[in-house]
Amino acid sequence: MAGRVAGKVAFITGAARGQGRSHAIRLAHEGADIIAVDLCGQVATVPYEMSTPEDLAETVKEVEALDRRIVATQADVRDYGAVKAALDDGVAQLGRLDIVSANAGIFSFGALEEMDETTWQDMIDVNLTGVWHAAKAAIPHLRAAGGGSIILTSSTAGLKAIPNTGHYSSAKHGVVGLMRTLAQELAPDMIRVNSVHPTAVDTDMIQNSATYELFASDLPEAERTKDALAPRFGMLNLLPIPWVEPVDISNAVLWLASDESRYVTGVTLPIDAGLLIK
Amino acid sequence: MAGKLEGKVAFITGAARGQGRSHAIRLAAEGADIIAVDICAQIGSVAYPMSTPEDLAETVKEVEALDRRIVAHQADVRDEAGLRAAFEAGVADLGPVDIVLANAGIAPMSLGEEPHEAWQDVIDVNLTGVFNTVEIAIPSMIERGQGGAIVLTSSTAGINGIGGSGRGGLGYTASKHGVVGLMRSYANTLAPHRIRVNSVHPTGVNTPMVVNDVMQQFLASDPSLANELANALPVDMVEPVDISNAILWLVSDDARYVTGVTLPVDAGFTNKK
Repeated sequence: MAGRVAGKVAFITGAARGQGRSHAIRLAHEGADIIAVDLCGQVATVPYEMSTPEDLAETVKEVEALDRRIVATQADVRDYGAVKAALDDGVAQLGRLDIVSANAGIFSFGALEEMDETTWQDMIDVNLTGVWHAAKAAIPHLRAAGGGSIILTSSTAGLKAIPNTGHYSSAKHGVVGLMRTLAQELAPDMIRVNSVHPTAVDTDMIQNSATYELFASDLPEAERTKDALAPRFGMLNLLPIPWVEPVDISNAVLWLASDESRYVTGVTLPIDAGLLIK
Repeated sequence: MAGKLEGKVAFITGAARGQGRSHAIRLAAEGADIIAVDICAQIGSVAYPMSTPEDLAETVKEVEALDRRIVAHQADVRDEAGLRAAFEAGVADLGPVDIVLANAGIAPMSLGEEPHEAWQDVIDVNLTGVFNTVEIAIPSMIERGQGGAIVLTSSTAGINGIGGSGRGGLGYTASKHGVVGLMRSYANTLAPHRIRVNSVHPTGVNTPMVVNDVMQQFLASDPSLANELANALPVDMVEPVDISNAILWLVSDDARYVTGVTLPVDAGFTNKK
């Protein structure tokens, strides 16, 4: 049976691990070739360990194990020139571009009143400007392919505010504005643009001691285990689960990337276990 | 390769033709057995021809051609007892229901003055009918304890003030907005049972409800309407299978943690409004 995105090429930012790696594997499993980028380095204001070149190499290995091609480059989404060069090189090697998953993102926290300017600026640069860079670099290639699908990764925090993450909420709300505008600008060219809005996902971005501190500052550090934190994350969701898995977001991205959603554009799609209507 | 819905049973209203038939066929192609109901009769205030027993028989034929089982009955979603009897007959033959698609709907818009009963008819079918459908299905789903997925068919008129100023058009828009309220409430109350509830919001779909002389005259009567109702993507209408594909995704395990969501399949219409 032919894959649901067979013959297509997908550009994925933040592909070294977490949701981005999961998207690469899921799309490759359904027949797509992959153009992957990731910073593979640290942003100073991010309080957990970010991805490494080894992580990106693992994504390459897993996509190739599915007999799909992948062109992977270390690139910072804050650097438009680097994003464009990596994407252009990938398209030159793989022949076309049909799908964009603007997934790269960081998390940090703090009350807006006390936040330092660098923490704010890093967040906006990566989670909002970086998303625009990915889309901007991709549009000419999608147009050349006669249409395509762009999926921007926002968050439940892109539709609802959560205290102590004001810069994250602002960037993720901004992604919705970007999505809605791009959807209008690109509709005549049959390029669809949608956003996904995950609740907490079981990745390194939330499973780390800094995020645990945000959710359980009342507990002694030694007691802030994944099991202890699960009910606290679960309280946010309507369905009785603590978090969703990366593949759940990938399944939504796959649907939006495939022709099964050929007339879906301008849509904010929550994968949130009901968080937003609770 | 096993289908995405192997071993599941789906209850579908308005299944004789149009989107409902398409859903039945799409879900059956993925392995589901189908309990189908349709009124197969005319409602006075509806100006276009509604479904017939022959239409429902054609749905049965197409599902059976996919080697799936289907139990089809004529039933009016406004008639709680009749609908319940059809549901129970289906469950008796096919087993308990995992999926509910409240799809039956009418659009009593027409040129000139819309009939006085149009308001009440469209509220009865499009809103109370959806309520009846879900109410009849949920006790057995809860009792069984295996979770499930419910999709309510709303419309772009469920999230936008469109449909004109007639009694039928206003009723259509009000009923489809009401469906969103039902969806959100059911999503909240049924989440502890792992029953997910979402709504789909199609733009114009290529079905007999839209592609008929009365609706086309209605749309042509006001040139500004055509512009107001234009999609963002350069397509006049979507096809029934496009709504079926959205519903298939929502009811499958691919969307196992998606609930309480209004999902437009609208070629960018709502975003452009």
